[in-house]
Amino acid sequence: MTDSDTGYLTPVIDEDGAPFWSYAAQGQLRVQACASCDELRFPPRPCCPHCQSFDSTWRRMSGRGRIWSYVLPHPPLLPGYAEQAPYNAVVVELADAPHIRLVGNVVAAPDAPLNSVDPARLRVGAPVRVAFTEAGGGVAVPRWLLER
Amino acid sequence: MATLKDATAIAGIGQTAFAKHLHESEKTLACRAILAALDDAGVSPAEVDAFASYTMEETDEVEIAKAIGAGDVTFFSKAGYGGGGSCATVAHLAAAIATGQANVGVAWRSRKRGSGPRPWKNTTAQLPTPGQWTRPFGLLRPADEIGMLTRRYMHEYGATRDHLFNVALACRNRANQNPAAIMYERPLTREMYMTSRWISEPLCLFDNCLETDGALACVVVGAERARDCRRRPVYVHSVAQSLPAQHHGMVNYWNDDPLTGPAWAAARQLWKNADLGPQDVDVAQIYDAFTPLVPLSLEGYGFCGRGEGGPFTEGGALEIGGRLPLNTGGGGLSEAYVHGFNLINEGVKQLRGVSTAQVPDASTCLVTAGEGVPTSALLLRS
Repeated sequence: MTDSDTGYLTPVIDEDGAPFWSYAAQGQLRVQACASCDELRFPPRPCCPHCQSFDSTWRRMSGRGRIWSYVLPHPPLLPGYAEQAPYNAVVVELADAPHIRLVGNVVAAPDAPLNSVDPARLRVGAPVRVAFTEAGGGVAVPRWLLER
Repeated sequence: MATLKDATAIAGIGQTAFAKHLHESEKTLACRAILAALDDAGVSPAEVDAFASYTMEETDEVEIAKAIGAGDVTFFSKAGYGGGGSCATVAHLAAAIATGQANVGVAWRSRKRGSGPRPWKNTTAQLPTPGQWTRPFGLLRPADEIGMLTRRYMHEYGATRDHLFNVALACRNRANQNPAAIMYERPLTREMYMTSRWISEPLCLFDNCLETDGALACVVVGAERARDCRRRPVYVHSVAQSLPAQHHGMVNYWNDDPLTGPAWAAARQLWKNADLGPQDVDVAQIYDAFTPLVPLSLEGYGFCGRGEGGPFTEGGALEIGGRLPLNTGGGGLSEAYVHGFNLINEGVKQLRGVSTAQVPDASTCLVTAGEGVPTSALLLRS
């Protein structure tokens, strides 16, 4: 589904991912954790790959991380993204759990467009912190702001 | 324990023309390639009793079997994950024939990626990792997903754009020797590469494979039968499929070591069941949807150490006469992108001694399927 204002795709939420998005709508970054052995896992899934328990909780993260890698997509792209190109897409590793990584975008402000940061300011290892923006239909998605 | 080692052979290969746009349907192209492969082997279509194909552009085996006049089919399989399934088709047929489930197997790929839709434009597709974690953020295409791993690879190991250019150049040089290749009469220079448009930085136009209409097929039979066929047999020496622990597909960002892709586990299985090692490989056909898949695969399959895939490409190593001649028909980058099936047929041509860029006395060839997705590989020998 595409948001009519931004032209960005909105998340196609499944059963495993639903808690992530409902916490995001409350401005919280939470990652699934095993209720038995305590291991974090992402993307979320029905059972723990370490101990096979089906019991899980969603642990709140500090929202701090570092850029693990990034790309600058150029056309051909879907229309809402082509208008912004080149923009950045990043993988952020979380400070609390470096093996948990989230795909996102570095922006100048939570509601700013995907191309709002000069690509010259991006580098692998740069510290970032999370913010959330409305993505249409009551869904909020994480964005990332460069730490000063 | 029973083994597949040299138990079966590729007895025939066939292909259609490659072009940006072919008028015939994928089904018709598939039939043409399959019948050409059977004719090459000197085997009657009525003898075909096994089929193996792979997913994405799918031409149904019921349709194919009734069109070509196959006999009673007793084995059919379909490997998943698009280009990762290319070599799995031959592996499945080899296993079926070696265990007596069938006698004459056909594997094929037919697709119209050149003139048909781009798969990434389908915004509802969710394979294999749910798109909710990537697509809203504009990570839309395979080039974006692999570009992300590429920048990290360059950061960790110092691989450069010149290393990626070496891959593109080797493939283009071989295509320039191959009249069937899309890029037959179009040389590539470093200047062209370095000034080309970006697709997803750090990947430029020439880091991306072609988009091609075309079809290919091969015929697999038992080793004894192969010796009575029309062509010199090319033996299936070792096969492997690989879905490594905690692998996520092209968006492999969520395990401890995202840069060790499925090639590593495929290689362990492939070499374990072979009499040969990487040092014995005369020529390699390595899946090249994107140039960085080649250095990553060179590491995975053991041709060099971890992080050494970039420097391995230096000094003409991938050219004819180099340490490891690569993609000698031009590969997906410069011959045709038909989900890697042209790499299988080119491996057969090398071991028959009839490639347009023949490696002298080549007797062993590694063929790999798509790296970065659940994959497969073949070790062929003459």
